[in-house]
Amino acid sequence: MVNTPEDLSYTKDHEWVRISGEQATVGITDHAQQQLGDVVYVELPKAGDKFEANEPFGSVESVKAVSEIYMPVSGTVVNVNSALNDAPEKVNTDPYHDGWMIIIKPDNPATLDGLLTAAEYEDYIKEEAAE
Amino acid sequence: MLKRTPLHDSHILLGARMVDFVGWEMPVQYSGPIPEHMAVRQAAGLFDVSHMGEIEVCGAGALALVQRLTTNDVAKLRDNQVQYSTMTNEQGGVIDDLLVYRLNEDYYLLVVNAGGIDTDFAWIQSHASTLNVEVHDTSDAFALLALQGPRAEFILQRICDHMLDRIPYYWSQQIEVDGISCRVSRTGYTGEDGFEILCHAADARHIWNRLLVIGHADGLIPCGLAARNTLRLEAAFRLYGNDMDQTTTPLEAGLAWVVKLNKGNFIGRDALQRQKAEGLQRKLVGFEVMDKAPARDGYPVVINGQQVSVVASGSYAPYLKKNIGMVYLPIEHTVVGTQFSIVIRGREVPARVVETPFYKREKRFD
Repeated sequence: MVNTPEDLSYTKDHEWVRISGEQATVGITDHAQQQLGDVVYVELPKAGDKFEANEPFGSVESVKAVSEIYMPVSGTVVNVNSALNDAPEKVNTDPYHDGWMIIIKPDNPATLDGLLTAAEYEDYIKEEAAE
Repeated sequence: MLKRTPLHDSHILLGARMVDFVGWEMPVQYSGPIPEHMAVRQAAGLFDVSHMGEIEVCGAGALALVQRLTTNDVAKLRDNQVQYSTMTNEQGGVIDDLLVYRLNEDYYLLVVNAGGIDTDFAWIQSHASTLNVEVHDTSDAFALLALQGPRAEFILQRICDHMLDRIPYYWSQQIEVDGISCRVSRTGYTGEDGFEILCHAADARHIWNRLLVIGHADGLIPCGLAARNTLRLEAAFRLYGNDMDQTTTPLEAGLAWVVKLNKGNFIGRDALQRQKAEGLQRKLVGFEVMDKAPARDGYPVVINGQQVSVVASGSYAPYLKKNIGMVYLPIEHTVVGTQFSIVIRGREVPARVVETPFYKREKRFD
């Protein structure tokens, strides 16, 4: 079973976004971590780095594959989860909390409204699986 | 249309993730590469390796043919003995690596890589015409299961009357497994003790299911190609297509121990003799990445700002918990301890040459 918390926003690249005030926390979804399998390495940017929407800001690696992680909206990285450096498995065990990846300050907070809701994301996963 | 092994339906039932591997629809993982890898190191794992090819060579000229086609000394084999070897072209390049089973003095079984079955068979046949010998590709008639890990013998013994401790490393026996006649060899590709079980395609599902049921309490789980790759890499077993191909020789691949230049003539011998006399220009070595980022197949390898190679095989090693791999380096950079760089997504990351195998199991009985 895939866990998709209702209070988060989502992207079609399988990131989740937790919005709090002017900042947003970003990670990969439970569905994404299940598809990837055991995570062995997470490469993250530095605080202060700027990325455009849909630009890769890092990568997450399992035994078999490397997947890029994409910026949900344009913005600046204000914090990164350095604990993943020594414990990348947190992405598997707790993707929505301890497995968070970066906190960003969006250039335009209104762009966050364009993200998917939990229900929309679940529909999207089903469509993807049916293809 | 991808080819399927006789165990295809069993993999689907077990929830395996299936992938295209050299034209075969194969299970890459069931529970996950890391738990599967650890099960083989600590208990036991069962692999479907039925995609591997079987080529039978029989007749009065069988020994002469296999001797001419392979680099190891087939004349040293006794009945039921198994030998790791390479098949080389005239330039000494590796056409395939394989296991040679001597069934009797006129009957040899060659177990070859899945990707090489057609070319190997054509190559072998093209050299058979002048000899009194028959060559058959029997790949479709057989399934091959690998039962690997420290608990493998204990598990298999429960459905075998034959005393398995009488089958030494790299020997085989035609015996009954749960009443079904199989060729069982103490061989494998994981660095652990274990067996490979060659049976008729129609018997594969019974043996597969039976082993999983009786081995469950001992920690036996089904394992896919992902774990097979990380296990073989920790043991520094070469993977054909990654660590060697027609452009590399077995000497460069670090397999001099299967090249018997004094056994008499064989295809590639002159080239290999010359290379040995002149000295190697490059060699396959093991490396460890001095960074948390895994170095993967094909990543560029740099020495003094110049790209000299690419990673032949590279992965996170689940048992060792390190990032390891194999790479061809210029001979002057192959000494253990030598440092070089690997380019990982634009970043030069330090690595160093280390001893292989990366992992060696503790021998418990001998």
